[in-house]
Amino acid sequence: MEEAFENGAKAMFSVIADINAVKPSDREEVRCEAEDPEILFVEWLNSLLSAAHLSGELFCNFKVEITDHKLKGWAWGERLDQERHHVMTEVKAATYSMLKVGREGDIYIAQCIVDV
Amino acid sequence: MELKSLNKISDYVWEIPREGEMRVPGRIFASAELVGDFDDNVVKQIKNVAALPGIQQASMAMPDAHWGYGFPIGGVAAFDPEEDGVISMGGIGFDISCGVRTMRTGMRREEIAPYLGKLVDRLFAIVPAGMGSEGKIRLNPRQIDEVLTGGAQWAVSQGYGYKEDLRYIEEGGVMGGADPAQVSDTAKKRQFREVGTLGSGNHYLEIQYVAEVYDEKIAEELGLFRDDVVISVHCGSRALGHQIGTDYLKTLAEASRRYNIPVHERELVCAPLNSPEGRRYFSAVCAGINCALANRQVIAHLVREAFSDVIPRARISMLYDVSHNTCKVEEHPVGNKVKRLFIHRKGSTRAFGPGRKEIPEEYRAIGQPVLIGGTMGTCSYILVGTESGMKQAFGSACHGAGRAMSRTQAKKRWRGDVLLKELADKGIIIRAHSYSGAAEEAPGAYKDVTAVVDATHNAGLAKKVVMVKPMACIKG
Repeated sequence: MEEAFENGAKAMFSVIADINAVKPSDREEVRCEAEDPEILFVEWLNSLLSAAHLSGELFCNFKVEITDHKLKGWAWGERLDQERHHVMTEVKAATYSMLKVGREGDIYIAQCIVDV
Repeated sequence: MELKSLNKISDYVWEIPREGEMRVPGRIFASAELVGDFDDNVVKQIKNVAALPGIQQASMAMPDAHWGYGFPIGGVAAFDPEEDGVISMGGIGFDISCGVRTMRTGMRREEIAPYLGKLVDRLFAIVPAGMGSEGKIRLNPRQIDEVLTGGAQWAVSQGYGYKEDLRYIEEGGVMGGADPAQVSDTAKKRQFREVGTLGSGNHYLEIQYVAEVYDEKIAEELGLFRDDVVISVHCGSRALGHQIGTDYLKTLAEASRRYNIPVHERELVCAPLNSPEGRRYFSAVCAGINCALANRQVIAHLVREAFSDVIPRARISMLYDVSHNTCKVEEHPVGNKVKRLFIHRKGSTRAFGPGRKEIPEEYRAIGQPVLIGGTMGTCSYILVGTESGMKQAFGSACHGAGRAMSRTQAKKRWRGDVLLKELADKGIIIRAHSYSGAAEEAPGAYKDVTAVVDATHNAGLAKKVVMVKPMACIKG
């Protein structure tokens, strides 16, 4: 599940900009919690949006650890550069629309719609 | 969607009959053609909203309705706190109090034309726009609380604009009931540098001219004549509004469970208006509304600065300022009683008919101005509220063209740079911070704003007064 959360974050930041052009030079830590893993997924994504906005950064790499409904996560990135990062769209928030976190066969799926 | 499943009330009003858990019927205001193009999910969302406790009369959708988050965008619903009514996240959205402000310039199209290029460059330089842009104003925690309680009034007290401007803003420029204590520190911090910024996405600043006049008498009352130049600004509460939405998602999800509210789509999470969670969220929303009102007031000041640099004789005066993502307390007759209701308008403009005390005195006889933004490079409309709109839809109208295509689809179909060239060939100057963002906002990605506005007019929700066309547009 942690890997699905990490990839979910990559997907969201790929909506914002070309994350392949972002260097993982700075690290930010975020924490959140929720009993329901689906709500935890949205909390994780929204915590990242706040952290990115407050630090003026874009993130490209992520690491997640979940214990007892508590998530500890790290995001690596650098200061936003309109040109170099090919900024596309501002994401307002991750939403509960089409929200799903669960196991299908031997893979975990984490999905939701982001409001742009 | 199939028209067969709806009861036709008139050419522009359709009813979704009550079924299952719906407490009231659904009502769609649109032409047969627009309804035919609606996504089936819009109807599903109208039905889900109709099942929320305390809803009054009907769960409504405006002609520009499209698939949203919980509520359809273009959705209107009224809730009575005395009947266990709720306040719902989906009915307000993340961009709290996003809206449109239109100002007169006192100049005509041919007078502005020679200065247009210089003016646009100046506006582009001084109105911060695009993702990650910062305003010139730096606030500390105490000042941000003043913004959240004072709205546009705070901005005027700081020298951004004139006291006279406030009369032409809904609520006189300041929303009562706001409580900064209900807004998180994260939300406040995110706004420290963002007051007076346009944002990105579908937000814009446009220089427009009056191209058509449908009602000369009302247009004159609004001070508008053919070829007059006006400025319109479309933006909202920026990151602070997004963060309030994000913070309360979880609170309302828990409240929905605690109070056993049937939520048929998760984004409809809500709390009873008469519960601590409901009251806290409402106070935070009111604070978000003030943030948006302050934001548009500061931008208006920057517009005045740009004009005074380029064309000092221009006199920028307020026409009106509307918000279209809100929950507001209003009095409306229901049956033979006047009730105090919480009206959710998600992508819908308040459109009060003549006589309402909330309308500034100068406009009270003609109805509240309703400002409908079109798409980049097409046209926008100014309407006024009607008595019939008060009766049919709690004084509500459409808010814009409404998307017909997703942003991703639009980006695949159009290239930003080519699009801007095409618009330039039509004589419209566009300055955009992102080509890709411009492609997402291609006029072809939206419903025809004219069809939406005609349906609003023909359904009697609001009356067409003038159409304006763009001369220049600044995109975030």
